[in-house]
Amino acid sequence: MSNGHLFVIGATHHRTPIEVRERLSLDADDTAALRDQLAALTGLREFTVLSTCNRIEFYGVAAGPEVAEQVGSAFCRRQNFDPAEFASFRLELRDAAALQHLVEVAAGLDSQMLGETEIFGQMKQAYAAAQAAGNTGPVLNRAFQKAFQAAKQVRTQTAITTGQVSVANVAVELAGTIFGGLSDARILLLGAGEIGEKTAKAFQSRGAASLTVASRRLERAMELATALGASALPFEQREPRLAEFDIVVCATSAPEIILPGSAVRAAMARRPARPLFLIDQALPRDIDPAVAELENVFLYNLDDLARIAEENRAAREAETLKGRAIAGEKARALWQQLAAQVTAPSSTPASEPARTSASASAPETR
Amino acid sequence: MILPFTDRTWLWLAAALYLAGFIQGSIALFKRGRPAGGATYALILLGYLAQLAGLGLRGRAVGGCPLGNAFELYQFTAWSAITLYLVVGATFRLSLLGYFTACLASTVTLVSLLFPSWDAGQRVRIFGPNPWIELHAALAVFSYGVFALLALTSLMFLLRHFSLKSKRLGGWFSFLPSIRDLDHMGVRLLAAGAAILGFAVAVGAVHWARPETVVNLEKVLVTVAVAGAAFALLLLRLRGILLARRFAVACLILYAAALLSLVTVEPGRGRVPARPAPAAR
Repeated sequence: MSNGHLFVIGATHHRTPIEVRERLSLDADDTAALRDQLAALTGLREFTVLSTCNRIEFYGVAAGPEVAEQVGSAFCRRQNFDPAEFASFRLELRDAAALQHLVEVAAGLDSQMLGETEIFGQMKQAYAAAQAAGNTGPVLNRAFQKAFQAAKQVRTQTAITTGQVSVANVAVELAGTIFGGLSDARILLLGAGEIGEKTAKAFQSRGAASLTVASRRLERAMELATALGASALPFEQREPRLAEFDIVVCATSAPEIILPGSAVRAAMARRPARPLFLIDQALPRDIDPAVAELENVFLYNLDDLARIAEENRAAREAETLKGRAIAGEKARALWQQLAAQVTAPSSTPASEPARTSASASAPETR
Repeated sequence: MILPFTDRTWLWLAAALYLAGFIQGSIALFKRGRPAGGATYALILLGYLAQLAGLGLRGRAVGGCPLGNAFELYQFTAWSAITLYLVVGATFRLSLLGYFTACLASTVTLVSLLFPSWDAGQRVRIFGPNPWIELHAALAVFSYGVFALLALTSLMFLLRHFSLKSKRLGGWFSFLPSIRDLDHMGVRLLAAGAAILGFAVAVGAVHWARPETVVNLEKVLVTVAVAGAAFALLLLRLRGILLARRFAVACLILYAAALLSLVTVEPGRGRVPARPAPAAR
């Protein structure tokens, strides 16, 4: 009777704390060297290494029961990591369960930030590298290709990717519901702290037309503006020039209101047809809450953004059951197709010269 | 001949398809939490083709554009709105617009079909030999179709406005276009509707101002009032006086007024004696 099986072993963010994941992470050179070692393992017919900041996983087709253990040992040796400790949080799945895990990872169902899509690209890179190096064969080729198709299906048939789950991205998404595209949106950042900077960066990454930074300390505003490729504005100019901006991000530590209702009303009188999106991330608040009543003015504070992020996260969670059901169904069907190939005794030597090193190592979105 | 259906059978089929699009969209929205998109669009397209066949048969039977009674006017208005939707909805990401359009089209077409008296007085060649008069009528009713789509985008604007102000952004609110896109679309549709209606009125004024023809004064006043209201709304919007929510509400009122005015602008009303049309096939 054959002991051939499909497996995945590794460590993920679910059971492995970040301090440990740091010790397990592979840089490009380490990965290349490890792959060469794995390629030489007797009984390992095919394999792929997936290394991101949230997981290190080895997908393989083994000829015998001891092979997965040997892969883990080789990895621990290279990382100078205690195998017993590795075993304490190790993920290990076989056959249909391994395939289901593969689909779930590709679909973002297993990600720390549920439904994120970056992992899909990282898996594609990992697979492409393994394929190019000859580390994959008929089983993993089919498994990965089908897993990518299934992951797309999970995304289209469920809502796991809808709604942003970080405060900064929620703000950007809200801007989209007001302005559509951001290519002509002018942004004013009031305050040069970390929170405002994060939000400003999120807007820049979505192609905002311009960013202007104003802070009570002009030199700090200029410093941040330079770092972000933005322009700086003297803080006292914020009110007279408010009408020039479409989105205002307030994140100062000022103890009092810095954008009074009169300033917003005056700005809107000069641009009545154009919406103004005000994001108040400060505590105490920077913007007079009464401006929320003004026509074409949309005011969101920190609590509003956090609540929306939480609702989105909960909505994604609610969709995971549906996603996992699709992944399970696809994995079972795929396993029926692959089982005979996987369990058949290997007719070729377990390690072949073609198995050179290839892997993708990239940060997975947290 | 496409199929051995009468014009009304085709129009019933069209109404049923629009209704199917609306029901299918409702199921998608309220059960799956997202618009049906392509499926709704396909049902509307099929309904549109059926309605085109029905109106085509009716047009052949009456020897011109079928605008001879209230039934035909409502049918033609719905058809005009769908024509625009099929262009606009396919160009922009407006999946919810299809849902609302299916709702409006099914309502208008079904109501017009359910009242046989609206279709009792079919008139043949009501526009006489002058094609400009027919163009005038067709353009005027087409502009009402544009106002129908304007009403739908205004409704979507109000929903989006409500969602942003009340900070409820999940569920099917997330499928609404951005508030600025809806506002821009509203302005463009209003401008297009006003221009088409204005042109129709101008054509009518030039070609009907002849001693041998009699024009119903009530109809003239109502049509000019609707056109005037559309231009006034546009002016107020462009000058920044009527904005956002108030503009959207005004557009809805404009459409309601235009729809109600169709009863008074029925072509040939009180001018050409009605006579039964030949059985349309």
